Amino acid sequence: MDAIFLQFLNGLDKGGAYALIALGLTLAFGTLGIVNFAHGALFMLGAFCAVAFNKLINLDQVVLDPVLKTAWGTPIEIRTPYVETWFGDFGAFLINYSVPMSILLVIPFMLLVGVVMERGLIKHFYNRPHADQILVTFGLAIVLQEIVKHYFGANPIPQPAPDIVSGSANIGLWLGLGENVVYPWWRLVYFGFSAFVIFSVFAFLQFTTFGMVVRAGMRDRETVALMGINIERRFTIVFGLAAVVAGLAGAMYTPILPPDYHIGMDFLVLSFVVVVVGGMGSLGGAVAAGFLLGILQSFASMNEVKSLFPGIDQIIIYLVAVVILLVRPRGLLGRKGVMED
Amino acid sequence: MFGNSVRGDWILLLVFSVVVLTLPITLAPIGAAYPDLLQKFAIFGLFAIGFNILFGLTGYLSFGHAAFLGVGSYASVWVFKLFTMDVLPAVMFSILIAGIFALVIGYVSLRRSGIYFSILTLAFAQMSYNLAYSVLTPLTNGETALQIRQLAPADRGPDYVLNLLDEDLRLVDQMFGVVEHGIPITNLFSLKMSGYPGFYFCAVLLIIGFFIAMRISRSNFGMMLRAIKSNQTRLNYTGINTRPYLLAAFVISGMYAGLAGASMAVTDPLAGAERMQWTASGEVVLMTILGGVGTLLGPVLGAAIIKYFENIFSSINTGILENLFSFLPSGLQEVFVVVVGMFVGSGWHLTLGLLFMIIVIFLPGGMMEGFARLFGLFRRNKNDPAAPAAASGEAATETSREQKTSGEG
Amino acid sequence: MAMLEVADVNKSFGGLHALSAVNLTVKEGAVHAIIGPNGAGKSTLLNCFVGRLVPDSGTVMFNGTSLIGMNPYEINQTGVARVFQTPEIFEDLSLIDNVMIPAFAKADGAFRLNAWRHVGSRTKIRAKAEHALEDVGLADQRNLVCSSLSRGDKRRLELAMCLIQDPKLLLLDEPTAGMSRADTNATIDLLKKIGERGITKVIIEHDMHVVFSLASTISVLAQGTFIAEGTPEEIKGSRVVQEAYLGGEQE
Repeated sequence: MDAIFLQFLNGLDKGGAYALIALGLTLAFGTLGIVNFAHGALFMLGAFCAVAFNKLINLDQVVLDPVLKTAWGTPIEIRTPYVETWFGDFGAFLINYSVPMSILLVIPFMLLVGVVMERGLIKHFYNRPHADQILVTFGLAIVLQEIVKHYFGANPIPQPAPDIVSGSANIGLWLGLGENVVYPWWRLVYFGFSAFVIFSVFAFLQFTTFGMVVRAGMRDRETVALMGINIERRFTIVFGLAAVVAGLAGAMYTPILPPDYHIGMDFLVLSFVVVVVGGMGSLGGAVAAGFLLGILQSFASMNEVKSLFPGIDQIIIYLVAVVILLVRPRGLLGRKGVMED
Repeated sequence: MFGNSVRGDWILLLVFSVVVLTLPITLAPIGAAYPDLLQKFAIFGLFAIGFNILFGLTGYLSFGHAAFLGVGSYASVWVFKLFTMDVLPAVMFSILIAGIFALVIGYVSLRRSGIYFSILTLAFAQMSYNLAYSVLTPLTNGETALQIRQLAPADRGPDYVLNLLDEDLRLVDQMFGVVEHGIPITNLFSLKMSGYPGFYFCAVLLIIGFFIAMRISRSNFGMMLRAIKSNQTRLNYTGINTRPYLLAAFVISGMYAGLAGASMAVTDPLAGAERMQWTASGEVVLMTILGGVGTLLGPVLGAAIIKYFENIFSSINTGILENLFSFLPSGLQEVFVVVVGMFVGSGWHLTLGLLFMIIVIFLPGGMMEGFARLFGLFRRNKNDPAAPAAASGEAATETSREQKTSGEG
Repeated sequence: MAMLEVADVNKSFGGLHALSAVNLTVKEGAVHAIIGPNGAGKSTLLNCFVGRLVPDSGTVMFNGTSLIGMNPYEINQTGVARVFQTPEIFEDLSLIDNVMIPAFAKADGAFRLNAWRHVGSRTKIRAKAEHALEDVGLADQRNLVCSSLSRGDKRRLELAMCLIQDPKLLLLDEPTAGMSRADTNATIDLLKKIGERGITKVIIEHDMHVVFSLASTISVLAQGTFIAEGTPEEIKGSRVVQEAYLGGEQE
């Protein structure tokens, strides 16, 4: 029982990441009709925003200690980050919270990236076949990856979570399940964060005029355009929003999985599968399938399951996708007729 | 260019064969005339030709073709390990296994079209890749990669536990008294497949592969595949059952990939799972697009160009660049070295990605379309200013008979 | 003798009854026009004949075999060809290829792995295809790529693609929609000419000029059910039909 509950929890954070990426993919597909293979690269860019922010805030001043010497007689170097010199304790606080703070960098940066990408490239592919869209965004993904690799190297760069959430939460005690059920705090934070972002996106689409227009546009683009609404500009902003969501997902994921330049590709393949399972063009489906598959994957990696079906943890998501595509091509919550056949 | 007549095809094949077989001489001036690289041209040319039979003719974009390549490699190495170092049985077995594999995956994936098909093939390839690294380790040797090893001792006692991953049997070779100690080299009727013989073996396979692809493209079957790409609905209402056509195309292109995988194992008997990763599938898509989707020569050209530049670009380092820009004033030289340095060496993939984007954006028909445009421009200027623009998208495809007939006449 | 027999066919989409208890008999050799106001269910009915839609209930018999549950390609192989409302052709192939493909489908069946022989060596089929293009007056453009054709020419090409299969039953979905008067008359003449071969035709058409020039029998469909059937003269004078058209417009 405890083990099952733990696996359920384990699935939540990964599911959260899948859901966020799939949400962005679906937004781009539903509004612009674009199959974006570069969406994983946006996740990766977000993660490296966090890395860059961390590096930036840790820029330090080297002072030679006047008194203490090393065993070789050279002065000991004392490295003090500038922010600490300038702001004292508040600076230390900033460094400690670099990952959540990086959101402040992620949002404007990713919005810019998304808008530039849509205006500069995607716009020209609205009416080209899906195969062309896949290909050009695939090329873009390679380019973004390689640029990041050039500046940050090929190795994963671990990011620390803030001290206060670096340990594990004893969930078992709270719920009366026994002491063994412990769970890293940051993963809980990530789950909460992804839920918050998802909720915000839905609220934005549901309760604002802007969102209403976008939803209408997803259903029937031409009619909305005929009503004299500049749907194109709104869709550009939606694409930027999708990029921000992917970036946030990436930045906050860094303490869980140290990012390297191809982290986006790894997540992208899975996220596409998630989108297909949820139903192409269905936002709710993307979120539901994201969590569902995250949890399924986590169950499949239990030893009991693995001994029954060797290797199942490696393929479970793909297997589910194959079955769904064959049995119910429009996905779990997909509308009838969207990309069906 | 070469007309659509049967005779034109033979001329094309002849020219193609001569060009391929003389590559060791003709490519010497650009520093590409060594067997390792030439083999890659031939192997990836085969892979791309096969991929083009599916993607170029039917329009079905598979993102999992590398799986068949990997399966072909594994199958070959197993034949080497268990039976003989002679390459023919290994090649045939690989084609067979890749074909069966493609039959199963194709049967399922082809129930969907468009982006769903792409994702299904991607899912299958990723499954194969993940399994090759995990549960299938007894077959694939996981991350160590499957390799040729020394022979197991001949006098194995009853208690001897045979570990086939670390020692080989080569039963057939032993039956004929060929016992090599150490790690042997693959051979074709005892001709060693290293260096140029290895290249010529791959080159002959490439020519045969090209010939078959040409026949397919000109046949009834090829015509139906093009019709599928053009309008599948109409084809259904015309009395054609499209699925077996698609499945046949999928299996044939899977067999080509298996053959390419086998050729890799022939020239370097080692098979690792990274060959099945989806980036490898992406690479063949890229080659086909770069050369020209749906054309006969395009995929081979694309494969050769990518492999050539990969080789050249990735070997350039800062030292070479500094030499290259040494004529510039020192400040400017450093700037150039840094900027160009981003695109070469380990940054070669950046160049590749950019190239790929440029091709998709500006020249969807690939280099063959580029040639056709140049050709059309040239011809229009020379003969008939009012001639219809041969530069339209169709000009590059083999289907545009208008251009050919007017070319012949 | 009845070639196509439709009995008691129902089809609904959600709450909308597109077809309710439709009965229709098309005699061999007839030119049977189906007319009716917009949304009467004409195209739905045609889609039920060719396998694009499966009726909720009822039977569709063609020469004694049921077409229900068959795939479109199987239905075509039994001898039913269809011209669509918007031309469905192979846009990026040449005209001659467009006509040869259905000829191969007729000669080789639904699937034949013929991957070695050069298409050019099938001279009989090629000659037949060229003949079919001549019939519709497109022989001069045989090597053009179809996407450059005008809409009217595309329609004629599609007709040639159907005729080359020597179908027993030809279904025409608004064959003159969007055509100029001259093109319409040319199409009428063409259809009259092929009428001499004795192919049974079902025509859906809005243009009464076309209907009365061609049809031997007319059925009137309104709100998913047939309200009248008869010769052109009978239909012209029928009050029921006038009400269906005029009444429909007044509401």
